[in-house]
Amino acid sequence: MENKDVIIIGGGPAGLAAAVQLYKLGITNILILEREKHLGGILRQCIHDGFGLQRFGESLSGPEYAQRFIDEVRELNIPYMTEVTVTEVTAGRKVTAISRRGVMEFQAKAVALTMGCRERTRGAISIPGTRPAGVYTAGVAQSYMNLANIMPGQEVVILGSGDIGLIMARRLTLEGAHVKAVFEVQPYPSGLPRNIEQCLNDYGIPLFLSHTVVDVKGHSRLEGVTVAQVDEQYRPIPGTEQEYNCDTLILSVGLIPENELSLGAGLTLDSRTKGAVVDEDYQTSCTGIFAAGNVLQVHDLVDFVSIEAERMALSIQECFLSSQFGNAEIEIVVDASISYSVPQKTTGKKDFTLSLRPKRPGRNCTVFVKQENVTIARKKFAKVLPAEMIQLAIPAERIDPEKKLEITLI
Amino acid sequence: MRDNTYDILIIGGGVIGSSVARELSRYRLRIGVLEKELDVACGNSCRNTGMLHAGFTYKPGSLKAECAVEGNREFDQVAQELDIPFKRTGKVVVGFSDEDMQNILRFKRIGELNGVRGLEMIDKAKLNQIDNSAGGEFALYSPDSGILNPMLYNIALAENAHQNGVDFFFDSEVKAIKRQGEHFQVTAGDSVFSSRWIVNCAGMHCVTISEMLGLHGHQVKGFKGEYYVLDKKASQFMNIPVYPAPNAKGGFSTHATPTVDGNILVGPDSYITEDPDDFASTRDHMQGLVKDGSAIFKHMKAEYFIRNFAGTRWKRVDPETGDVLDFLIENRDDHPGVVNLIGIESPGLTCALPIARRVVAKIQEKEVLEVNNDFNPYRKGIVRFAEQSKERKKELIATDPDYGEIVCRCETVTRAEIVQAINNPLGAVTLTGIKNRTRACMGRCQGGYCETRITALIQEQCKVREHEVMYQHKGSGMFIGKVREVLDGE
Repeated sequence: MENKDVIIIGGGPAGLAAAVQLYKLGITNILILEREKHLGGILRQCIHDGFGLQRFGESLSGPEYAQRFIDEVRELNIPYMTEVTVTEVTAGRKVTAISRRGVMEFQAKAVALTMGCRERTRGAISIPGTRPAGVYTAGVAQSYMNLANIMPGQEVVILGSGDIGLIMARRLTLEGAHVKAVFEVQPYPSGLPRNIEQCLNDYGIPLFLSHTVVDVKGHSRLEGVTVAQVDEQYRPIPGTEQEYNCDTLILSVGLIPENELSLGAGLTLDSRTKGAVVDEDYQTSCTGIFAAGNVLQVHDLVDFVSIEAERMALSIQECFLSSQFGNAEIEIVVDASISYSVPQKTTGKKDFTLSLRPKRPGRNCTVFVKQENVTIARKKFAKVLPAEMIQLAIPAERIDPEKKLEITLI
Repeated sequence: MRDNTYDILIIGGGVIGSSVARELSRYRLRIGVLEKELDVACGNSCRNTGMLHAGFTYKPGSLKAECAVEGNREFDQVAQELDIPFKRTGKVVVGFSDEDMQNILRFKRIGELNGVRGLEMIDKAKLNQIDNSAGGEFALYSPDSGILNPMLYNIALAENAHQNGVDFFFDSEVKAIKRQGEHFQVTAGDSVFSSRWIVNCAGMHCVTISEMLGLHGHQVKGFKGEYYVLDKKASQFMNIPVYPAPNAKGGFSTHATPTVDGNILVGPDSYITEDPDDFASTRDHMQGLVKDGSAIFKHMKAEYFIRNFAGTRWKRVDPETGDVLDFLIENRDDHPGVVNLIGIESPGLTCALPIARRVVAKIQEKEVLEVNNDFNPYRKGIVRFAEQSKERKKELIATDPDYGEIVCRCETVTRAEIVQAINNPLGAVTLTGIKNRTRACMGRCQGGYCETRITALIQEQCKVREHEVMYQHKGSGMFIGKVREVLDGE
């Protein structure tokens, strides 16, 4: 059993940013554990550009963005291991990992959970029909094309307007496939406006809102799908069915933070974010276990993932210095206008950034953070979209430790 | 050239065909199995609840009753010989009303007549003690019922038969059968075979084969049922299979069953289908399962849904009245050399080996079979890394570092297991074959993490190119080729 100050689980954008920041803050007895052959996480397969605009002020590809952090990890000589899969984290911060070299065990003072997320599947959204080859989630198709040089299909229909689905619509088109259409069950797109513009409109790929796939056909390989318009309750409207012949169905229907290790450690999860419940230090319900990045909440931009992970690193350092690990008791609650908030709790002792996701698109809205009738923070937005996370600063000095924080978007 | 002359050809590599092959391999015979798919266990043998039935709903004196009780009693030994996952969990049939009580008591009496042991009426307190997720005022408790992995059972039977000398031919759909004196000439796939005996184990296609053999007049009717597969996280709420009270005909409506691997199955419902290859899930029935499933299992929630599937029970029916009939195992004097199996449906999994022994007996009525003294009833399964102790895991990795490479994150399946699944005798050549042998891709991410790794391993181990990687059936190519051809020297 080896002792470490911080074990970082996952060497994607969150884990890398956290490691670099911890190291710069003087916490050097750390280790990144990465299950893949290379550091970088999902960015490795994101060969399109648009990453880093917020953080570096320039448009980078995913591998380029990751490389900036990997270079820092190498320059600073931050310890990392690849091809190591963590199989267990305990509430007492014991970490078990498996690799070709054997079973490794570590005792950590703090654990940083940076495992990212996985894609929602066909089964999770109960798409009827047969089960032929040719049905892929967008990220799997992206991995085949960009990492393995494998072409999944030729005649393509995409369900879901998540960003990876939009990116794949363009990617497949550029490689000679015919993307017939993108269908989205919501009455608004779930991906970023810039992706709708650059990945669909620029290539003449139609997007149909309030539509879904109601049947999948084909015995061996996919032969076609039936698509229908849906009503406000997402129920298919009879008589609106249309047939599309295709050999490939790409699903971009949402991402789910990958929290199986967190559950094993007994952490409390938020049923809305599917990530851990955390305080303003990104500390979970389990003392000394922290979470940041897509394992905590699904972000729309990697730049925010890096920033969140760096904030978490700072909190870990502060907890080490003060030897104080979490006792957040002030609850943060949202009303029906907002899908969720991160953090969900605060100690009320320090300023923090609150992340929110609006439930519906809106214009000229204001977020109010209140304690009973006292507004302690507010921020106005010309436009809000569920696809875009909202952030605002919360000043600790205005928080009444006896009352919960209530958030609304009007 | 390959010698395609056999003593016995078995048509179908499902659980029945594979059982017949295994039981016949106890004798000195040349045996071949003709399977139209690329693997065994591709039809209804892998599309069911995985129950080892006790035998309390089948008509006393019927083959179904006789074989179910026989199959149930011997299964601990069978599971041990074949090294497959099996748990004798017991089962409860719960009721609420007087009518339920009458039906349950009727089936308790039938069960006792059939020789089912240990059937017991239990009150609510005892029911809650056995499984507190089960609704119901009272229940019939059947201690002998169990759960097994139907895919691995089928695969194990086939591997054991193969180990004992049986040849398996895949992608070999039987297209024509001609009787030539003492022999049959069978055209299957691209080959022609010759055999003295034909055993029809074609499952949903049994009538088609029966007609080819000249045995006319049989009829089967498809009772299709759909299922939901729930995440292992839902299994914390259920210990044993919970069935609602049967109707007067012995049919059960939608129920929830834990699988031996730790998922929960909700289903099947039941409706008529005409098409033997119809395994589609349908919107109406999926909604029905959610509604009815919620009544019997209160954690039937979308967050636990990971997959859907369907299977069909092709029951033998009286062509005149339409009444459902018993299993049929026939060897008619006017059709020598044929053992014809019709309407082998549920509880076919439980009955597979007893049925196989009855097939052997039919052949023994006509000729003396010489015992194969080299027959070995034992078959070893792939060691499941996930289920080993920490010490054993360390040993496994030390012996073979491939055990240290986790390919499937959800089910903790290692590279070593995938490689064995591909390279074992009767190894898997399709993604589904690997999935059935190892559970890779069967978890909550449904291959989101491991599928790309497994398809790369198929290419590497089977030395095939990307467009040759198959999902399940013939023609189910997963890819159309490379994105870009890389020229030599680039």
